[in-house]
Amino acid sequence: MEYFNTIFQEFYKILFLLVPVLVSVAMIVWLDRRVWAFVQKRQGPNVVGPFGLLQSLADALKYIFKEMIIPASSNKVIFILAPIVTMTLALIAWAVIPFGETQVLADINVGILYLFAVSSLSVYGIIMGGWASNSKYPFLGAIRSAAQMVSYEVSIGIIIINVLLCVGSLNLSDIVLAQQDLWFIIPLLPMFVIFFISALAETNRPPFDLPEAEAELVAGYQTEYSGMMYAMFWLGEYANILLMCALGSILFLGGWLSPIDLYPFNIIPGALWLIFKIIFLFILFALVKAIVPRYRYDQLMRLGWKIFLPLSLTWVVLTASYLFYFNLLPTN
Amino acid sequence: MAHAIFFYIFSAIAIISAIMVTASKNTVHSVFFLILDFISISCLFIMIGAEFLGMIMLIVYVGAVAVLFLFVVMMLNVAQQKNQWFLSTQSSGHIPVGLIISTIIFFELIIVIGGWKYKPELLEKINPEIIENVSNTHSLGQILYTDYIHIFQISGMILLVAMIGAIVLTFRQRDGVKRQSYIKQISRERSEGVQVLDVKSNEGVSVDD
Repeated sequence: MEYFNTIFQEFYKILFLLVPVLVSVAMIVWLDRRVWAFVQKRQGPNVVGPFGLLQSLADALKYIFKEMIIPASSNKVIFILAPIVTMTLALIAWAVIPFGETQVLADINVGILYLFAVSSLSVYGIIMGGWASNSKYPFLGAIRSAAQMVSYEVSIGIIIINVLLCVGSLNLSDIVLAQQDLWFIIPLLPMFVIFFISALAETNRPPFDLPEAEAELVAGYQTEYSGMMYAMFWLGEYANILLMCALGSILFLGGWLSPIDLYPFNIIPGALWLIFKIIFLFILFALVKAIVPRYRYDQLMRLGWKIFLPLSLTWVVLTASYLFYFNLLPTN
Repeated sequence: MAHAIFFYIFSAIAIISAIMVTASKNTVHSVFFLILDFISISCLFIMIGAEFLGMIMLIVYVGAVAVLFLFVVMMLNVAQQKNQWFLSTQSSGHIPVGLIISTIIFFELIIVIGGWKYKPELLEKINPEIIENVSNTHSLGQILYTDYIHIFQISGMILLVAMIGAIVLTFRQRDGVKRQSYIKQISRERSEGVQVLDVKSNEGVSVDD
């Protein structure tokens, strides 16, 4: 009986985490489109509900009632599995994100490795979708995205090593608590910039949205998808973007910590600060989408392997030598 | 109780998917089963408390190696060649070789496990004490960077040599390839790119491109 009670409690906790995440994914799509429209002096979605806030819900309803078309020559099991994998992987990563000192679903020792593993698994949704469609454009999109995501994971991994050198722990709560005096964005500013750009490439956001470059590949790996399966790809993509924003704010912007530990700031709950930081990073993502044109594929690979990888490796050596020389290496 | 149930679930998935890697007809399906196998093995690692190894397994094997496997299998278009493992008579010549190799691996495993079972002092010599309250990431780091630092460095060097060797073997200088140097492209001035010429009628000019 006690066993079932624990399962029940965990189930409630998961539900109270997942429902806000899904709702905020819907809201963030609206925010993305509004920022995009704002830069181009348009109105953006402003009809459904106040300020158009319910636009995403209307879109979701539309997708639910559309017919799901499964191509006759596709590999049906993998074709259906691909959006499910994308969506699931985007959601299970939220289990380790700490919203406060105790407000975390699973406070595991290797939290950052877990996040890194899940984000490196998310390439499978795209490859499976592209291959199972059994058509040229999706396949090309899938191949592109696999190469792109594997390349940029390398630089993200090395940037994470930079932060870990300063923290001395793989636990996400420890990483946030280590920034109580100084957010890591100040000493590691170049790494934050590289992390931001790599996160754009890792989540297939413009200017690195080559897997779905509509001018060359129709819609890339999503070409054959329709109805609810397309919506799941779409939700998974935005949940991944939110996750990258959360990871960036935990690694560099101090997670749930308030910027100044003074009266009017420190009564705001930590979860709200984390949400503010996530939204701030997301607005940056949206602005980049509106401002920067798409990269060419060889330039993208060049940037990943020839510029970001050596830069971040050099920075690891610099950080390690600085910490070692001034005897600042964290020991516990 | 729950621990045992999960252990049996994960190991059953691992074994079944390992069999399906060889038995499935489509090569790409084989790779997907291999990925499933990796994931369930890393779950087993996490269940015995080796969370660092489990996560590294996920990142390295599933996140990078298996992606390259998929890449190669999809590019080579071997998906069309149906795997005829159980059906054809010609390929059954490989079965004795496979059997011999698997028996050798089986006996090696028996020797290792038997060593632990009948000579427990062997195990004690390898890890002198198990420190409580230290996460296995810390203890792995403490052993890897102190006692085994040279072996660790040498294995890194071997990997580097293998990587350079692969690049050298596949690299060839090709003629007639136009390379883009975008520093050159950006630093172009109007005076280099545009030429203003007086063209006389009926004569034309010759401009080298």
